[in-house]
Amino acid sequence: MQLVLDDEQRQLRSAVRDLLADHNDVRSVVDGDARYDRGLWRRMAELGLTGLVVPEELGGAGAGHVERCVVLEELGRALAAVPFLASAVLAADALTALGDTEVLPALAAGEQVGAVALSGVTATERDGGWVLDGCAPFVLSGDVAEVFVVHTPAGWFVTAEGHRRALTTLDPTRGQAKLEFSAAPARRLEHADPGAVLERVRDLAAVALAAEQVGGIAKVLDTIVGYAKVRVQFGRAIGSYQAVKHACAELYSTSERAGSLLRYAAWAADHDPDALPLAAATAQAFTGPAYFRAAATGLQLHGGIGYTWEHDAHLYYKRAKSSELLFGTPAEQWARLADRLERVP
Amino acid sequence: MTGFREKVRAWLAANVPGDEELATAKRFQAALHDAGLAGITWPTEYGGQGLTAAEQQIFDQEAAHYDLPTSVFRIGMGMCGPTILDLGTAGQKARYIRPLLRGEEIWCQLFSEPGAGSDVASLQTRAVRDGDSWVVNGQKVWTTVAHLADFGALLARTDPDVPKHQGLTMFLIDMHAPGVTVRPLTDMTGRAPFNEVYFADLRLPAGAVLGQVGGGWPAAVTMLGHERVSIGGFVRIRHDPLAHANLAETARRYGRDRDPVVRVELAKLYAAERALALFNARLRQEAEAGSPPGARGSVAKLAGAQLRQQAVAVAGLIAGPHAIAWDPDDAAGDELALAINQTPSSSIAGGTDQIQRTIIGDRILGLPREPVADRDVPFRELRVGTQRPA
Repeated sequence: MQLVLDDEQRQLRSAVRDLLADHNDVRSVVDGDARYDRGLWRRMAELGLTGLVVPEELGGAGAGHVERCVVLEELGRALAAVPFLASAVLAADALTALGDTEVLPALAAGEQVGAVALSGVTATERDGGWVLDGCAPFVLSGDVAEVFVVHTPAGWFVTAEGHRRALTTLDPTRGQAKLEFSAAPARRLEHADPGAVLERVRDLAAVALAAEQVGGIAKVLDTIVGYAKVRVQFGRAIGSYQAVKHACAELYSTSERAGSLLRYAAWAADHDPDALPLAAATAQAFTGPAYFRAAATGLQLHGGIGYTWEHDAHLYYKRAKSSELLFGTPAEQWARLADRLERVP
Repeated sequence: MTGFREKVRAWLAANVPGDEELATAKRFQAALHDAGLAGITWPTEYGGQGLTAAEQQIFDQEAAHYDLPTSVFRIGMGMCGPTILDLGTAGQKARYIRPLLRGEEIWCQLFSEPGAGSDVASLQTRAVRDGDSWVVNGQKVWTTVAHLADFGALLARTDPDVPKHQGLTMFLIDMHAPGVTVRPLTDMTGRAPFNEVYFADLRLPAGAVLGQVGGGWPAAVTMLGHERVSIGGFVRIRHDPLAHANLAETARRYGRDRDPVVRVELAKLYAAERALALFNARLRQEAEAGSPPGARGSVAKLAGAQLRQQAVAVAGLIAGPHAIAWDPDDAAGDELALAINQTPSSSIAGGTDQIQRTIIGDRILGLPREPVADRDVPFRELRVGTQRPA
């Protein structure tokens, strides 16, 4: 197993970090009317980041999950308000696993935004085609998606026909929608084992989200350490007080250990598919609550300024809480890990 | 690499003894060295194998399936040996490393004192120059395996007129020499794995100095760095009742494995154990790629101690009444109780959790240090331990 990035992966990281330093405009979404950061999304598409793991013959870059996690860590660090997790992870992974060739190239090119509905919808065969009915109550980036990949008991479908209602979200940097289908025409994506596709999509999404969370933890740590070095109270920088210093040390330990779990899970996604389900569940179960604790600690150590709208601490706090619950509550994540542990011989 | 793993696996299967008696341990260590499996990453000219961290990792993985009787050699192998390799003269390396690797000579580390625990640099044991030799007087404490040791790495004050960190020197001493008295000290588990060590006019030759005279503090920091990696990286699986795999088995034995709370707490323990194991693996891979762990060893040490505490909580949840009362013939009861009672030492020995957090904050994160009252003051004028200002 490889837990250290190679030179090319490090170059990718600095390229993405540079891109985000110049073009990330999360405040256009938080304080403005934009639903996502279109300028940044366009530039990511130009660099081929929106189709990073999509096979080259389908318009992607054909890179690995380790590389995609490098990108996701940076997006999580920067709190980038782009539909990467929904479109370039969930939708792209589902369509790749299903062998789709029609929609995937547009998603890989960043020309269309995809979203995925995993439950609440049923499919019926009608007049030689298929229609969808039902309601998916919480669809990530469903508010901005142009195409929906839908999992139903009858298999997987793709459609652009749903009726959406954008939801108000705890995390202002990432939208959700309620998606309703009423006899909506859809194209069926044939697959011998739709359930296995669902499991793979969920595992890869768990790893991807963990990557964002690990990036978020690292950024929270950097920010509070920087502040603790310059903020002076009682005649000393607050970072010299053990109450603050030791909290930062625990954050560092969390950051390093979560990062190690993530690096292994990403490696497993590329090189050891049998190990992926356990590695993914471990990384997500550990990292979700860890990010929220980190963000809450970072906000607390900033004192009053951390509680203001102007400071970014609250954005990390909200992203962390939102991410912690996005793919199931912590209790559900731990139960999922417990199930996977029982499957290990 | 596969060949190395097979060799290790086959050798361990054929050679691990059933007891931990001292004579058995020494025979085993010599045989381990004869088989080319002791000092795997150490230089060949002093008896090591000259291999990489990858082979060491393979050995550790395979050895985790056994209880090797090597704990008596751990201070030598994990701390004194690596520090002698770092700082020793060619003569010191030639004299000490091979017998250490072969288990012929046992080592201990003489740092802590009654008045110098977390603040090791305030130690009061004096080494005074007398012609070509040194004369040592003072007392050490918490000295693991001193009662069995042949040699020790001693940190002593050689110059009380400079600030405390500057006046220290490290010596390699013969524990059987006249002037050394070892008194076993019983710990909270009822066993006596550590000792008090008294020095009364112990005479050392000039060649006993490890590194530079006055360079004892950097030498001690080097050794403590090895210690943290050694402690944090040390994971026993087979007979450690607090390891996740064994607690999961305990839960099945007591019919507690379907309890949803037990399932969740075991999953949390697994994740924490895995996170630490992968962090250690990452440190090894980084070291191999040329960046040594440095103070990051403190993360392994701290997280390892916290993992023990978490595991004690899960063990209690699973075992319930069996954790507090058991049939005298039930060895599992004894083992769990010992593990529960040993756990506080993980957060104290080798630097407390509090000290590790300070190290992480100061050296890794670069946070400003706490104002210190004694950094620039000659040691003689300090109020430390049992010393009072003149």
